[in-house]
Parts: sequence; structure tokens; C-alpha cells
Amino acid sequence: MNTITTDNPISSEQTSILACLASILIPASDKYDIPGADDETIMSDIISAAREHAESFKTGLDAFDAYAQSEFDTDFVSLDHDDRMAIVEHFQDNAPHFIHALVSVTVSVYYQDTRVMKSLGLEARPPFPEGYELPQGDWSMLDPVKERGEIWRKAD
Amino acid sequence: MANEPVDVLIIGAGASGAAMAWSLADTRMHILCMEQGDWMNPSEYPSTGMDWESRFSSEFSISPNERKRETDYPINEKDSAIGVANFNGVGGGTILYAGHFPRFHPSDFRAKSLDDVGDDWPINYEQLEPFYNVNDRMMGVSGLSGDPAYPAKQTVMPPLPMGYSGEIMGRAFNKLGWHWWPSDVAIATTDYDGRARCINLGACSSGCAQGAKASTDVTYWPHAIRAGVELKTRCRVREITVNDDGMASGVIYYDENGDEQFQPAEVVVMACNGIGTPRILLNSTSTSFPDGLANSSGLVGKNLMFHPYANIQGVLPEETDGYRGPTLSLWSKEFYETDASRGFVRGFTLEMHRGNRVVRTALNGVMSGRIPWGEGHHDAYRRLHNHILGMSAICEDLPEEHNRVTLDPDLTDSNGIPAPKIDYTLSENSQRMLDFAVERGTELLETCGASEILVQSPIPFGGWHLLGTARMGSDPSRSVVNEWGRSHDVKNLFIIDGSIFVTSAGVNPTQTIQSLALYIADQMKQRLANLFD
Repeated sequence: MNTITTDNPISSEQTSILACLASILIPASDKYDIPGADDETIMSDIISAAREHAESFKTGLDAFDAYAQSEFDTDFVSLDHDDRMAIVEHFQDNAPHFIHALVSVTVSVYYQDTRVMKSLGLEARPPFPEGYELPQGDWSMLDPVKERGEIWRKAD
Repeated sequence: MANEPVDVLIIGAGASGAAMAWSLADTRMHILCMEQGDWMNPSEYPSTGMDWESRFSSEFSISPNERKRETDYPINEKDSAIGVANFNGVGGGTILYAGHFPRFHPSDFRAKSLDDVGDDWPINYEQLEPFYNVNDRMMGVSGLSGDPAYPAKQTVMPPLPMGYSGEIMGRAFNKLGWHWWPSDVAIATTDYDGRARCINLGACSSGCAQGAKASTDVTYWPHAIRAGVELKTRCRVREITVNDDGMASGVIYYDENGDEQFQPAEVVVMACNGIGTPRILLNSTSTSFPDGLANSSGLVGKNLMFHPYANIQGVLPEETDGYRGPTLSLWSKEFYETDASRGFVRGFTLEMHRGNRVVRTALNGVMSGRIPWGEGHHDAYRRLHNHILGMSAICEDLPEEHNRVTLDPDLTDSNGIPAPKIDYTLSENSQRMLDFAVERGTELLETCGASEILVQSPIPFGGWHLLGTARMGSDPSRSVVNEWGRSHDVKNLFIIDGSIFVTSAGVNPTQTIQSLALYIADQMKQRLANLFD
């Protein structure tokens, strides 16, 4: 993982933990031919997005390492998948606010990535200015509602 | 340099302030509106960029405590079951609202007479109806005439498209024999009054880059300013001052540099909605008004009503509209009026949601456990993407004095003005109504063919509607303003926003807030010769 930039708001160790968590949450898929959330471009955007919450991310990511050390006597990124997942589940129960922030930032960046959008059959563009088309529909479907008549309650 | 006195000073440039300013402009009085926020630039709205969904939760968040713009003030809501949503800027809450634009029903003005709860309003539907019609034209309302849940009314433009979601839900409504109808929306479906028609951006609640949604910065304000109304931004009002005769003499405010200023005025109009208005009134203490201005009844800040919301969603085998189109486009009034057999009084509107945005689908899916971490994530996401359909139930909230806005003893905004503190609990009636609404919403979605149901009740951050904290009435001991919006205590002080609601009804309030403002402006114009008698 080489997403360390000069203005990275988190340390290289924290970046590694974050990339590890991103890949656990959203792994790459051969089936859909899409990268995981630890893809270099996506990670760079995740780190940028995390800048707004840098302090809580630093604290939260350090806690993953500290817990790994206390439970497994090694750092988080050195663990195998099952042990990493056990730690994720621990923090889902004990640090839900950080997990929510982590998931929010990760999925926001991931599902706005051009490659991912295209894999979902979406046009990789913002909504404006082209917008979208929707069928107008057939309002004769309202005929049974009209046939029932007025339902509002008289007041005065 | 001292500010020149003005004839009318309106505080707040949102839904009600804009309507009042436009209506009073034909008097040729010197009218000034002060707004603590800025003009918005639609080219900077989130839907113009690839990262648009991310910006929903930052500078365009509905919560001022998350948004934290310089122009926002913090709100202490730790003792409230529902978090506050608002926006500070020209357009106010209409910048971020969905544009869902129902009128009150005639029965909403008579909750006490009909159901022995709350109080009756001092006005009725017939009195407000002409102003609903004016507001329909000024905001540009789209819909379909002939809704049997309302007295006859005309709409200005055709309804929003039914879409795939509307057809699915319409079939289910018909199967159950329930009322449904295309919603009245303040969204232009044709080019209208200099605004371009809706192109289904699906981002209404983060500002409409197209200008199709009727926020008052693109509806009333251009007309009001052309008619001579002055609008000053970045003016944060701290308090209303009074003279020796007990009349409002003007306001003390902080300008964009943070400097304290005084603006004298002959008439002061409060248009800051159900939290901002009581905040300023309670902060306007003096020897004559030690408990806050216009507060001889003790009711300023009390009877806060939000509208408890339940959100019910289902996963369908068919494709829905997903991220496309204005979220809200159909309503059902099947459970709007009181039916004692349901175990609660009053009722609710079901508001159909077309579907979920792309990122929102992922976030909700992961946080609810429907989309797993790791193996299976992508398959699970694709099962939900564009296959979610849902609705909100907007439940009538009844006035209770213990639900209130006070001034926080410690928390302040960036100018040192005390922040509002909210104390709010759900009533038993609201809880029973929410539970019933969830059961009916589930029944409807299962009729649509939904395989899984996801419920959030109440929506914890859903305090979009801020009502009741300076209620109107004819009895000065039981109300803050009279039947035409004038303070009982201070005869040149008017309140025109959601604060003056007596009851909340089971509908979005902006249409009624604005129509009330137009009604009060009309009453003022009829009484100009003896306005303070």
C-alpha cells in the first residue's frame, strides 16, 4: 500500500490498518471485475475523506492495534483474516460510533468510484446537469380511488 | 454609522420571511429582512459533483450540529428523542427540504372540537384557502387536482412522474383498497417563473442545482427584491429591544465582522421558525419583560412539536426508481382522520419513497447487517441496489408543555448568544400511532411483494418540522400571538413562522407556514391605519 502522501493526516501505520479494514469490509471481486476498497486510488480518497475526522480516526485505528497486541501479542495487520474479523466484531460492539464513521467514509468513497459505478450499470457522472428519465405512468390507476369518493372530514 | 430606522424588520429569510416580505412590498414601506446565513450558489450544490452523496453528511447535513457552518448555531438536543434539522441561509429550511407540499386538512384546525385533544386554531381552512392558492402560484406547486382526501383545489403544474416505484405501490394500494394520490410538491414539472423543470436529479434534500425545487431564494425573494425589499445577509440577531412604552424598538445584531449593531424598526416580524424564534424571544429580557419578550403567558418555547416519523422499507424483486427522481411523489391519507378503534387519536400521512441512493443503500445495508463485511458483500449489495421501496409515516404530534425550547446556560454560538436547548419526549399517543403506522406500512410493502422489511421508528434525526413554541390564539393567557399573528404583549411584534402553530397536523408544514405568513401580511395591510390598537 503506497498511499502515503506528504499531507496524509494519519501515520503510515494507521494507513496500513485503515487499508486492511477497507479490504475486509469491501474486498476485490473477480466475479464483478472490481477492485476492493483498499485499491490505491480509492484509499487515497478515503484518507482525504477521513481528514475531516482525523483525530477520531487516529484514535480508532490505534485502538485496533492496541487490542491486537493485548489479545494476540502482535499488530493488527499481521493477523490472519479470522483474527482480524474477531477484532472488527469486538469494535462493532464496543466502538459503534467509530465503526459507523469508518463504514460511512469507506462506502461513500467506494460507491462513488467510476469503476464501481460502471460495474453497477450506472453512468459515471454526477446527477446534474443531465438528470434522469422516469416513466410518467398511467394515472388511470387512480380510478378506484376516485370511485370511492371524498374521504376528508368536515370540520365546521 | 448608525442604521437608519425601517418600517418593517423581518428576522429570517426562510419560508415565512420571504412570503411576508413579498406580500408587504406593495405597501411601499421600507422593509428590511435580516438573515444570519448567506445566499446559496446552486452551482456548488452537491449534485454537481461526483462526490455528491458524501456531501449530504457534511456541509449539507440537515443537522446544524454536524454541518457546523459559520452561519449555524449549535443546539443542545441531548434531552430530545428527536434531533433537529434546519438550515440557515436565504431560503432557510427550503434549501434542504424535500419540497413535499401538502395543505392542512379542514379537520386539522379543529382537533379540540373534533377529538378533544390539543386546541382549536383561531382560524380555519376556509380563511387560509385563498392564501394557499396564492402560495401555490408563487412557489409553483405540481400535483393532480381531484384528490378526494381534500376539498377541491387546483394545482399549477402536472404531477411528478409516477416512475417504476409509483406503479408498484399504486397497484398495492388498489389491492388493499386504500387511498393514494400523487403528492402536491413544490417542484416545477414544467419551466415556470424563470425556473427550469425537474430533471429527476434525486438530490432535492441537498439543494436543487436545477432550480426546479421551490426554495424561497428562487421563488419569493427575486420578486420581493425587485419590488424594493432590502435583504441583508450575515446579520445574526441577538435580541429585540423595547422602549419605555413596551413597544419593540429594533434589534441588536452582529454583522459579518462580528461587530455589535443596532437596527431600529417600527415593526418587528419574527420568522426564525420554532426554535430560532423562541430562542431570540427568550434572550430578549428587560425590566418590562424579565421572562423574555411576549412571554406573559409563559408559553414561549413550550409545546414544541416535531412530527414523529417512522421509516419503513422493503426489498423487492422488481427494479424501483432507486436514486432517480424526487424522493417523495405519492401520499396516502387512508389513516389520516381519527378512528378510535386504532388506539390513538388523530392520524398520519404515508409518504412513498421511490428508493435509496447508491451510497445510502450501502451504508444502510452494512449498518443493518444486510450487507456483510467481506465475502458476500458484492452479491448482497446488488440484491438491494435499485430494489428498495419504502415510505415514511408522518404522525401528528400533539402539543405538550413539557416539550420545550429553553436557553442553554453554557452552550453559545460563535457570537456568544445562548444556544437553544431542547427537551422532548414522545407521547404515548405518538408511540401507538407510530406502531400502527409501521404495521400498515409493512402490510403495504408485503402487498408490493417485499421479502424483507426494515423499520426505523422514530427516525432519530427527523426533526425537520419545528412547531408550536409561540402558539396563536385569542386568549392571551393561553397563547403568544393573536389570531392574526400579533403578539398579545407587544403590539408591534409579529410572529409568522411554525412557532405559531396550535397543532401540528399529520403533514409537512411549509405550505401552511407560508400561507399563514401571507394571511398575516394581508391582515396587517388591512389594518395599517390602526395596526397597534
